[in-house]
Amino acid sequence: MSRQQDILTLPHDQIEAIQLEGVKKTVIKCYENVEFYKKSFDAAGFNPYEIESLEDLAKAPFTTKQDLRDNYPYGFFAVPLSEVKEIHMSSGTTGIATVGGYTDHDLEIWGDCFARGVEFANGGADDVMQVCYGYGLFTGGLGAHYGGVAAGCMTIPMSAGNTERQIRVMRELGTTILCCTPSYAMHIADTAIAMGLDPKKDFKLRAGIHGAEAFSDNFRADLEKKLDFKVLDVYGLTETMGPGVAIECWEQNGLHLAEDHFFAEIIDPDTGEVLPDGEWGELVITTIDREATPVVRYRTRDITRIIPGECACGRTHRRIDRLHGRTDDMLIIRGVNVFPSQIEDVMKTMPELSSWYVIELTTVAHLDRVTLKVEMEQGFDFDEIRQIERLQKELEAKLKTALSVGVKVKVVEPKSIPRSEGKAKRVIDLREGVN
Amino acid sequence: MIDQITVFLENSEGRLAALCRTLAWANINMRSLVIADTTDYGVVRIICDDPQRALDVLTAADYRAISTKVAAIGVPNEPGGLARLLAKLDELDQNIEYGYCFSLSGDMACDVLKISGAEEASAAAKAIEDAGFKLLKQEDIA
Repeated sequence: MSRQQDILTLPHDQIEAIQLEGVKKTVIKCYENVEFYKKSFDAAGFNPYEIESLEDLAKAPFTTKQDLRDNYPYGFFAVPLSEVKEIHMSSGTTGIATVGGYTDHDLEIWGDCFARGVEFANGGADDVMQVCYGYGLFTGGLGAHYGGVAAGCMTIPMSAGNTERQIRVMRELGTTILCCTPSYAMHIADTAIAMGLDPKKDFKLRAGIHGAEAFSDNFRADLEKKLDFKVLDVYGLTETMGPGVAIECWEQNGLHLAEDHFFAEIIDPDTGEVLPDGEWGELVITTIDREATPVVRYRTRDITRIIPGECACGRTHRRIDRLHGRTDDMLIIRGVNVFPSQIEDVMKTMPELSSWYVIELTTVAHLDRVTLKVEMEQGFDFDEIRQIERLQKELEAKLKTALSVGVKVKVVEPKSIPRSEGKAKRVIDLREGVN
Repeated sequence: MIDQITVFLENSEGRLAALCRTLAWANINMRSLVIADTTDYGVVRIICDDPQRALDVLTAADYRAISTKVAAIGVPNEPGGLARLLAKLDELDQNIEYGYCFSLSGDMACDVLKISGAEEASAAAKAIEDAGFKLLKQEDIA
């Protein structure tokens, strides 16, 4: 970790100097080695040799996920394949996957970036890190693993699944740091409690580094209470590296970008204009020292903002706010923009409900209909049917206020909402003419 | 007062059969099962010989089940048995949430009444007993 401490508190003008140097190299490297960038820079009239300041980068065209797909599999590689040591692929839920390549140097950076999460959790060689993100093409498993090893933790490569075994290992090997999706962490917590365990006594957990899906503050509070630990949000994406692009520190007030490796901009997703710090918009990332698959102005589709000001922890890397969702998670229901996280926030104000939900969208008489399926929390007294009806009506009224869209609430049996081991599937869109 | 097991069930094919199978495998004998149904779900209320075990078995099988105290009143199994009890409750100005009956043996029936609120319920139970009705205990229906 010591090699990182200096860089994390470097004065910001020095970080910017590193970024400018890196961005200059990246655009030239992309222009000279990647056919796509040669064409796209030329078409946009962008001269990669004339970058004088970080603001100049705004003249460069964007890179989209579709661009990466169109150049599958190796079109975005900027080094000979013989130098590539590993590849990962994003889940190709809508067709072709996107491929990220890693040289030795890229893998080392990745480990260092994720290891900052361990440092932020005041951890290191004395920690036992249990990684139950899926190992494989998904960047979660190996990214967290490299981070654990780089931070000096004893790292347990559990991968996802077999929840009871996860719990046994967590208990018997004394896991202190848990890495998985937040929804899987919640499933682990619920399962452990159902098995009769008391996480306060039976586990040694201190921190969880959870990401790959957006989760609300209320969800976090619930999870922290159940497992008696502190949850740090981690952000990343295959197209720029994987988890570790930004991680929350112990202050839990935004995620510190790894600014010595990534240059971030926030843009208006409709106009493409760069927005000032503090304003919400789409996160755009340019890699600074990625060798195998560098990207210039990659549109992440994630909605966040740069948090103005300095963090109380004293680290100088700027922070992004916790994700509001993705531009492609956003549901347009009867013309109104709705993020699943808004529904989650409302649900968490009602202790009678568990954290699990599914949003089902259908078309009835040419109109969008939203049905929210929820489960009652154990201990809720539903013996009189009017209690269930009250719960439904109260939630429907709160959702109507929060979303300006009518939602039908349906109470379902426990565990009828599938528990995920990876990213939770929160939305089922069965509308006519969608997808 | 006796323990009734209340189970939340979705209105879908086979759910009630699965519930009964779960109890059957655990060798639990039901004295009564009634369903209050709505469009989307039903609430199943069960009186059985071992409510605690029924609750444990159902919870372990991922049913949402709770135990509820209800008043069980023994009445003669003859015309007017329930009418006399309800007349008394009316006289006492006691609201009931829901009720149902089942026969215990040839000449006895059991009327189950849910009275909301723990205090109201025990006050009402006492009033019923004072009026000469027989309040049943768990062992009376086991």
